[in-house]
Amino acid sequence: MYEHDVIVVGAGGAGLRAAVAASEAGADTAIVTKLHPVRSHTGAAEGGINAALQEGDDWELHAYDTMKGSDYLGDAPAVETLAQDSPKETMNLEHWGMPFSREEDGTVSQRPFGGLSYPRTTYAGAETGHHLLHTMYEQAVKHGIQVYDEWYVMNLVTSDDTDPNDRECHGVVAYDVQSGQIEGFKANNGVVLATGGPGQAFDHTTNAVSCTGDGHAMAYRAGVPLEDMEFIQFHPTSLPSTGVLISEGVRGEGGILYNNDGERFMFEHGYANNSGELASRDVVARAELDEVDAGRGVEDEYVHLDMRHLGEERILDRLENILHLAEDFEGVDGLVEPMPVKPGQHYAMGGIETDENGQTNINGLYAAGECACVSVHGGNRLGGNALPELIVFGKRAGRHAAGDDLGEPQIRTGYGDDVEDDDTDLPVQPGAAGIETSDGVAADGGVTADADGLLERAVERERTRVDGLMDKDSGVQHAEIRSKLQKAMTDYVNVFRTEEGIKKALKLIRECREEYQDVYVDDPSRTFNTDLQMTYETRNLIDVAETIALGALVRTEFRGAHWRQEHQERKDEEWLKHTLISWDDGEPNIFYRPVILEGQDKTYEPKVRSY
Amino acid sequence: MSTQQQQQEPESQESPKDPEMKGAESPQQRRLKDKESGMVDEHAEKEAEAADETVHLKVFRYDPEVEAKQEPRFDDFHVPFEKGMTVLDAVMYARDEFDSSLTFRHSCRQAVCGSDAFFVNGTQKLGCKTQISELEQPVRIEPLPHQEVVKDLVVDMDHFYDQMHAVEPYFQDEDTPESDELEEQRQTPENREKIKMSSRCIWCAACMSSCNIAAGDNEYLGPAAINKAYKFAMDDRESEDIKAHRLRILEQEHGVWRCQTQFSCTEVCPKDIPLTEHIQELKREAVKKNLKFW
Repeated sequence: MYEHDVIVVGAGGAGLRAAVAASEAGADTAIVTKLHPVRSHTGAAEGGINAALQEGDDWELHAYDTMKGSDYLGDAPAVETLAQDSPKETMNLEHWGMPFSREEDGTVSQRPFGGLSYPRTTYAGAETGHHLLHTMYEQAVKHGIQVYDEWYVMNLVTSDDTDPNDRECHGVVAYDVQSGQIEGFKANNGVVLATGGPGQAFDHTTNAVSCTGDGHAMAYRAGVPLEDMEFIQFHPTSLPSTGVLISEGVRGEGGILYNNDGERFMFEHGYANNSGELASRDVVARAELDEVDAGRGVEDEYVHLDMRHLGEERILDRLENILHLAEDFEGVDGLVEPMPVKPGQHYAMGGIETDENGQTNINGLYAAGECACVSVHGGNRLGGNALPELIVFGKRAGRHAAGDDLGEPQIRTGYGDDVEDDDTDLPVQPGAAGIETSDGVAADGGVTADADGLLERAVERERTRVDGLMDKDSGVQHAEIRSKLQKAMTDYVNVFRTEEGIKKALKLIRECREEYQDVYVDDPSRTFNTDLQMTYETRNLIDVAETIALGALVRTEFRGAHWRQEHQERKDEEWLKHTLISWDDGEPNIFYRPVILEGQDKTYEPKVRSY
Repeated sequence: MSTQQQQQEPESQESPKDPEMKGAESPQQRRLKDKESGMVDEHAEKEAEAADETVHLKVFRYDPEVEAKQEPRFDDFHVPFEKGMTVLDAVMYARDEFDSSLTFRHSCRQAVCGSDAFFVNGTQKLGCKTQISELEQPVRIEPLPHQEVVKDLVVDMDHFYDQMHAVEPYFQDEDTPESDELEEQRQTPENREKIKMSSRCIWCAACMSSCNIAAGDNEYLGPAAINKAYKFAMDDRESEDIKAHRLRILEQEHGVWRCQTQFSCTEVCPKDIPLTEHIQELKREAVKKNLKFW
């Protein structure tokens, strides 16, 4: 058994920031990550970091833009914290050596991004995430933080009190990918989940293969609600063949979208008469698909993004990486021809429910970054707002886990007396399909044991599960289930959603659950068994996909990225509330909590979101 | 950790060394040149012909634990070709459809995570950014040479990480101000430009694997770690004292002077970093620093 004060799971931007903050606060801190830190998906972020740095801009404008962009589903205390803290956190990165792009006078450059009233996106070429990730890892090395790389976390270790709000997290169970050894990791102060997005629930995604929602699923099964999971952002500019992301920076610098008739459709067909290509992402993604549906798509599949007019010098200076991506993955030279683009799954606005300090309803369990929902992005995330979230809330989670007092949070978590229950009829019985997949940590019942006992028991349970998966000689392989799940989500829970489609998705997800009962691992080796790891990940994807589809079914309105055929309007009277889904005795329990629109000095009044 | 002790030497060690050093040319420039010479059309034709074809892969297999795989071998896979298919796509297909025990690292599929550097037809390449249509068949895919093989295409990266850490890979300025102080350090666009290429390294280890010197001298810092140090040493935001400290690390016995300018690292770097040039520049800096005028 390994033992530390704070254990951070995942080593992208949020995990590294949390670990450095916990370490600075005096905690013996370790990172457990299934990749090596520099392999994390934060490295693929291109655009930049929104921070009100310049005169003429201020945090209140940033907060306003974020609330508006969220379609009034962000919680004001979280949004204001993001806007207030991101300038100093961005400057911190600069002082840690991050190579931001610069102006002639040596100050950091900022550029316009979609949905922003001021050009406040700080960037490092079109590879901001790469530089953020490496800069943060450098700091982790400097602080001597212990990193268990290529250790896959299989489950959380929590106490088994009946009410999840009474439970405590004592650590995790993980296995060393290289040797297959399964061990307990005891956390004396807290566990921070920073496991990133769940994009692999879809088959056309900008997300890495490793983005399998492990943290989401583990927290969910331990008794933490997942919040606003229906809000999935589809980025308007991903390459059609692979899903590789083409940064919003291209449009920020003046890139233009054309349909097959050569029309600048954002204006000519009235999708966003003021902002055009720089309307927020949900608006542009829908416009592109409408163009394709109207028969004006290129090859009936995509549209064109043109940056040729920006000129070679500017492109090479600010968007050089985009040239390489278009070249390597689509065979297109962005200097002489337009690039093909279409919407691709990109980001999950929802996630593990936390308060402003990153804490969940389970004592000692924290979440930060894309896997968390605090919530700042609400119904739709603005470009350039993901990276400040990593550093602002990663830091807060790390500090709080290490014991720093950050004050009383205003956001409440977990099932309580301020929630409203849901009574939607579901097309299938969602949730567990058998004991093998429903080993909720609390399912053992009985008395709460001491931390060491709980850890031992949890380690034993995972060893038994692995033995079972490996001993089986035949059955279904994870790849088959995973691809069925991804296809169901892409076919039915995509940019455009119908009640009928979502119900079909839920039935298919149920089938995946049932097939998973028969899953087996063909590779007999304990050495670097990716077959085993992907089998674990696939189970997590099933849980996460189900919460996305359930959220999409119950939210009968059109808000942010969530579009419903039968409900073509935002219904503020009924739906200014968060969707929460918790795992309750082996099945999902859906409930709602009101959005907090009261900020520090003012209340954010919902307005029509036009660009 | 690997239980395997023996060093795997893949059979084909010859790596095509272009005497004219293509490293100076960007992929963009190469493509434009190809276009002028009509090579792009040839590619398109080749791709069209291959549309209904399969790709023949010969993939290196080894697992210390599984009896049938303890003796290293090559397995043949025939994967249906699709336009735009990369080496990574092909091995993923082989794994998901034919043999789930086929093991390799990969994650982002877009050349930023640096996980999937393989030895493809005798050259270090990132699987995800190498088009199958550009390769001779059968496509031979092996783990990176000069690294201990853990299993199939997975090599032990610990030595590579140790060398990266040996150069103190973190920014060292005099004092980081209290984070409430918003004033940033100044850096000229020119200085940022100077370190730009070095800052693109994704730690894929292709360079280290291609370096003959690193293969013979286990203590040599190697091109990736030296490039990492270059990024800091050339950044004007670090002080002269720290730069001198960095140069002392780099000019030690197994540092920059080991480099024999064979340019292998520069040739294989998937991010087009002029690694050899960076090493030479640090040698010059080290000389300048040590020149004494009595």
